[in-house]
Amino acid sequence: MPQLTLVQAINTALAQEMERDDRVLILGEDVGPNGGVFRVTEGLQDKFGKDRVVDTPLDESGIMGSAIGLAIGGMRPIPEIQFEGFLGPAYDQLVNHAARMRTRTRSAITVPMTVRVPVGGGIHAPELHSDSPEAIYTHSPGLKVVMPCTPYDAKGLLLSAIRDPDPVIFFEPKRVYRSYREEVPDEDYTIPIGEAKVVSEGDDITVVTWGAPVFQCLGALDNLPEDVSVELIDLRSIYPLDVDTIVESVKKTGRCVVVHEAPKTAGMGAEISALIQENCFLYLEAPVQRCAGFDTIMPYYKLELEYLPETPRIQNAIEECLAY
Amino acid sequence: MTQASASTSSPRAADRPSDGLSGETLCKWLYDMQLIREFETRTMQAYQQAKIGGFCHIYSGQEACAVGTIKSVEDDDPIVLAYRDHGHALARGLSPRACMAEMYGKLAGCAKGKGGSMHMFDKPHWLFGGHGIVGAQTPLGAGLAFAARYEWEVLGKGKKKVSLCYLGDGAIDQGAFHEALNLVSLFSIPVIYIIENNGYSMGTAIERHTANHDDLISRGKSYGIKSIEIDGFDVLNVYDQFKPFADECRDLQRPGFVDLKTYRYMGHSMSDPQKYRTKDEVETWKEKDSIAALASCLLTPESEGGRGCLSEDDWKSMRKEIAEIVRDAVQFAEDAPAPEVGAELYSDVYINPMPQLSPMGEYTHGEKNPLL
Repeated sequence: MPQLTLVQAINTALAQEMERDDRVLILGEDVGPNGGVFRVTEGLQDKFGKDRVVDTPLDESGIMGSAIGLAIGGMRPIPEIQFEGFLGPAYDQLVNHAARMRTRTRSAITVPMTVRVPVGGGIHAPELHSDSPEAIYTHSPGLKVVMPCTPYDAKGLLLSAIRDPDPVIFFEPKRVYRSYREEVPDEDYTIPIGEAKVVSEGDDITVVTWGAPVFQCLGALDNLPEDVSVELIDLRSIYPLDVDTIVESVKKTGRCVVVHEAPKTAGMGAEISALIQENCFLYLEAPVQRCAGFDTIMPYYKLELEYLPETPRIQNAIEECLAY
Repeated sequence: MTQASASTSSPRAADRPSDGLSGETLCKWLYDMQLIREFETRTMQAYQQAKIGGFCHIYSGQEACAVGTIKSVEDDDPIVLAYRDHGHALARGLSPRACMAEMYGKLAGCAKGKGGSMHMFDKPHWLFGGHGIVGAQTPLGAGLAFAARYEWEVLGKGKKKVSLCYLGDGAIDQGAFHEALNLVSLFSIPVIYIIENNGYSMGTAIERHTANHDDLISRGKSYGIKSIEIDGFDVLNVYDQFKPFADECRDLQRPGFVDLKTYRYMGHSMSDPQKYRTKDEVETWKEKDSIAALASCLLTPESEGGRGCLSEDDWKSMRKEIAEIVRDAVQFAEDAPAPEVGAELYSDVYINPMPQLSPMGEYTHGEKNPLL
């Protein structure tokens, strides 16, 4: 089995699905000969031609709107938005059209579209190129939001997303793009949207996270005393949220830390904390902790690691929660 | 309305596509226009009686635009609309019952009462909304037309299609529209942007809302798109000019831009006090009403320059029949069942219902601690 990076796994999944289904087409800025800003679509235009891997003008609203038009016209478009901040100009199309088309038409017309978006910090980029807006799109019923962080999960979730009849925002943590390799099978396989993964089983405390912080959490786990048993959950899908896996784990451990890059206030950590108190109130040994980005604009790179939930801060949150 | 009543024996006559239309077809167009007018009149009444909720934008005055353009294309050419959409939906063949029931928020509506006045969708008639954000439907039109071309050119299925995307003159100021124009020109996408230019962006007159207001087609031309102006108050003129234009866009698989000049008789929406125009202005336009003009042309004998395909009695009974159909649509909407909370409130958000969506769901109230 080949050892692939996140970039390679996504590229492979795109190629395989375009091979399988000729309704699938990619559109975005410089996705053709250049292979996109992070080279995720490299080689695909050579393989599938300019009709199916379309270099667009620099117009996110136009890209998203025409992708929605393609989807309601029977195709399976995969628009690429270069950075999560550039979803801003496309927000109107995503939230006011893609998310609502099924309800508006009582399921007569749906939007089978997968929006690929690099996300998150850790690559020395400024704000708009390092943000984590997953909660914003989760707050729009009608959209599905996923953020795999491993090459294996990325391939399986991307194939699920492209085949999903509803619009999916597929966030790709940039920090992981080339920093981690693992075995990814050649064959076609899918990972259901809405299923979290228990990365490590444990009894003392639950850590819930997604995206690049999964790796920072693993670092924190390594630093903890050997007798501390941590259950680490990688959500993989932000919406639909795998409430069962979180609730089951917290009922077992009685303690939980939620870790995310996005600003703390009204982030997904708030939603997860609320779900835990609704479902596990009498099992809790300590308040749910949130270890997150600050309520500031993502800083430029000199301060980036102060802003992001890095290993020491996560370790500290876990220890505080355990000591409560 | 001189074009509408022009003699068939004039030298130019043989060149006009509308001269080849049968009396029966022309009577059907008159029927459709009158149906829209009557439907909108009843819609206003229902809205004033608070039977229709939300916001409501009446199409009266602009009937020749929808009928003249929609009759120029095939029944399976995709159409995208803005929010003033009842007229186009009816012209495309949506049943008055389903259209009225939709506005009443009833299950029998074309979107089971989940869309409302601004969101008329009818997939069997290739009608893709009804969109409430001004101008935001224009990239959708680009994508739909792109899909149609892709299907024909890349997948080797289907046929050459041309898509119609309607917007008002207010929408041409929106950024998305300019992105769409650039895209469709760059990729040669067969969509025609039809600006139903009624002279007002809500309550702001065109000379106060857009630059270069007396030359809107310069917008299309500046993107390299073939662009024409059409008097949209005369349905035969709309057809005569739009039909060959649309045929060419279909044949060459390229975009088009039309400044279709028209006028709306009612306010922007039902709650518009219309302080921006005078009653005299509205009355002046009503004097050259497109429905009256077409009826007059069809009633006038050929020997006197008309088409002579309609009698006064036929016209009277046509109006009576239409009034009855619209009354029936209102009654149908009144009587239709409302959506059931359990079945409809939580459905049609995703392909599968999500447990969290429902207040009766598994998680929202929390689970009891089995130890207590």
